[in-house]
Amino acid sequence: MQHPFDEMHDAARGVRPHYAAYARWLAEQPPDAMRARREEAEVIFRRVGITFAVYGAKDEDGAGTERLIPFDLIPRVIPGDEWDRLERGLVQRVTALNRFIGDVYHDREILKAGLVPSEAVLRNSQYRPEMQGVPVPGGVYSHIAGIDIVRAGHADGSGTYYVLEDNLRVPSGVSYMLENRKMMMRLFPDLFVRNRVAPVAHYPDLLLETLRAVAPAGVNEPAVVVLTPGMYNSAYFEHAFLAQQMGIELVEGQDLFVRDGFVYMRTTQGPKRVDVIYRRVDDDFLDPSAFRPDSTLGCAGLLDVYRNGNITLCNAIGTGIADDKSIYPYVPRMIEFYLGEKPILENVPTWLCREADDLRYVLDHLSELVVKEVHGAGGYGMLVGPAATRAEIEAFRAALLANPANYIAQPTLSLSTCPTYVEQGVAPRHIDLRPFVLSGREVQMVPGGLTRVALKEGSLVVNSSQGGGTKDTWVLES
Amino acid sequence: MLSRTADHLFWMARYMERAENTARMLDVNYQTSLLPQSADMAEQGWRGLLSISELSSLFGQRGQPVDARHVMDFMVRDEGNLSSIWSCLRAARENARAVRGTLTTEVWETQNQTWLEFNRLLKDGAFERDPGAFFEWVKFRSHLSRGVTVGTMLMDEALHFIRIGTFLERADNTARLLDVKFHALTGGEYFGPGGNGKESHEVDFYHWSSILRSVSGFEVYRKVYRNVIQPEKVAELLILRPDMPRSLAASMNEVVANLQLVANQHSAETLRRAGRLQSDLRYGRIDEILMTGLHAYLSQFLDRVSDLGVGIGRDFLVPLAA
Repeated sequence: MQHPFDEMHDAARGVRPHYAAYARWLAEQPPDAMRARREEAEVIFRRVGITFAVYGAKDEDGAGTERLIPFDLIPRVIPGDEWDRLERGLVQRVTALNRFIGDVYHDREILKAGLVPSEAVLRNSQYRPEMQGVPVPGGVYSHIAGIDIVRAGHADGSGTYYVLEDNLRVPSGVSYMLENRKMMMRLFPDLFVRNRVAPVAHYPDLLLETLRAVAPAGVNEPAVVVLTPGMYNSAYFEHAFLAQQMGIELVEGQDLFVRDGFVYMRTTQGPKRVDVIYRRVDDDFLDPSAFRPDSTLGCAGLLDVYRNGNITLCNAIGTGIADDKSIYPYVPRMIEFYLGEKPILENVPTWLCREADDLRYVLDHLSELVVKEVHGAGGYGMLVGPAATRAEIEAFRAALLANPANYIAQPTLSLSTCPTYVEQGVAPRHIDLRPFVLSGREVQMVPGGLTRVALKEGSLVVNSSQGGGTKDTWVLES
Repeated sequence: MLSRTADHLFWMARYMERAENTARMLDVNYQTSLLPQSADMAEQGWRGLLSISELSSLFGQRGQPVDARHVMDFMVRDEGNLSSIWSCLRAARENARAVRGTLTTEVWETQNQTWLEFNRLLKDGAFERDPGAFFEWVKFRSHLSRGVTVGTMLMDEALHFIRIGTFLERADNTARLLDVKFHALTGGEYFGPGGNGKESHEVDFYHWSSILRSVSGFEVYRKVYRNVIQPEKVAELLILRPDMPRSLAASMNEVVANLQLVANQHSAETLRRAGRLQSDLRYGRIDEILMTGLHAYLSQFLDRVSDLGVGIGRDFLVPLAA
């Protein structure tokens, strides 16, 4: 079922209509000019400090641990009508996921109805008993969701968008979406005259609106802050960037403390109350008195304040129960159960290795499948069957047999490709797409998202920690 | 503003100012070493520089001769020396990065660019090729950083803490520079009971003028005094003149003005001490200062500046409890 699908070219190497204007423009550009632009982009990214940190590594200047994420000049273009459908599908999916999280921490209707196995939820390490019966403003848990979408080709030359995974905890990457656009407009202003590209720059506004909308009841002018693990975190640039764009404080755990049932930050003018925390710190590190006692990134007593409704955390604690890979196969059922609608976006067919029949199938087809750890992230702990050696497959088989419940498997999708600058010139490379869906008073998003690209030939791993790059993502206004 | 943010801003500014003053101090020593003089005197100059920076023992551990090349290397690029220009620029940039959201884009990019460029220059051998031009570059990056800060930042608390950092550091550094040069020149106490200069007029002239040049004060001196270079007047200019931008008086005026703007309910005592130090400078006379001895005076000044730093930290930057 491997049918390559290229975003720019159809099977006959013709340029798809939505890329026509861009392709004409590209053909007019001298190769030298494009090379100069790439270098210019890199200099600017470095000066602006749009970097991510790599633990324990030194960069080429020996200046520490900051790397640039490679930025590719050729945009990923999505036709307006395709985006409309994607957007409706995303609103539907994220709405259902939020309903699901609320349900499993309250009445558990979906478990009672037998649509999702109880033990898959209640025995899941991502399930947080601390959240049982705790109301959250507006019933929203995952205020910021990053939904990973891929397109795979079919024999007839068409392509289908699939949701690969839902990221409902602390998804990152949105700053690259914004900076990539800024860079493209700076390097190639004329392109934006020729193409009607939907703008994305209002994302921080929507985000602030979302965060303010979920303030604790009775707070009219909420103090909203971004909580970061600090400047050595790999996504620090993004935390600082979003705080600055929204004009709110960027705090670390050490800046916060709890007194008399409320959270305060230490300021030069004394304590100041905090109402909403956009936290970029994992659940486990949020409150050393409730979760990991060795955490220095959180604030002791935060959980109690939260459970009493005196602070809003975005995202809520315990959202991991809905983006766990072992729960993923049930999302279409959630949509039907909570919304009474047919899912607009498709799931990738998935085998759950904890089920005997599925496990048997997976073991028999390891060389064809992608096998993933249910709690894994960042492209680690996975087997890409067709790309693996015999030895790797056998090693993985042993791990799988030792703990089947820890794995799921999916067919190897042939992710769509997009022309990309590589050493030898322009060549197709696999891409995915992460739109950022905001849920506050309503569910909304800016058109597009972050397109990640696997720069290695044939590679399907787009993660920046593993040599992935990014592209600007254009949604064309129809 | 978050106390931690204020802390980073304060230190960002201090480190940038320190990098500049280290460059100034090295430059003046380097220029002096180009004058005909005995090797002894040159060595004494470098020793004085290390001692006033409180780095004699750290340098001693390196087991290297006290000469221009080794001391300059130690003060410019030694990563283990927390006062080297390399360390200062790195600390300034790291502090800026920790609060980049509070800075304007221009301020952040200036700090970041300075750091990246500094490393590139070092790697390209720019320092070895022309130390004077290299120090000049460091000074100009510091000018740029201050100019961009004043020219683009909202005039709120963030700016005030940056200014406090800049001028507290400058007060400290100018005092040290004066101390080391007066010390080195005389091998002891130049002024004060029983002390007077024995060196030839010529040596005097070059040394006093090099002190002035190191604080960009040579032309200023001529303009203010319209007279030949006299040690008492040099001291007066750098200590008491409120219109000399790198003097102790001018620095303390800025510190006090900005401290008043950020005052909170804990800061009264720190403000009182700062105000008192400012008054001592405003109403002080150079003959009185020289009577007690310049070295003693400057040592006491440095203690008071350091005490202010502690007070500011306690009142604003890292409040112990809520």
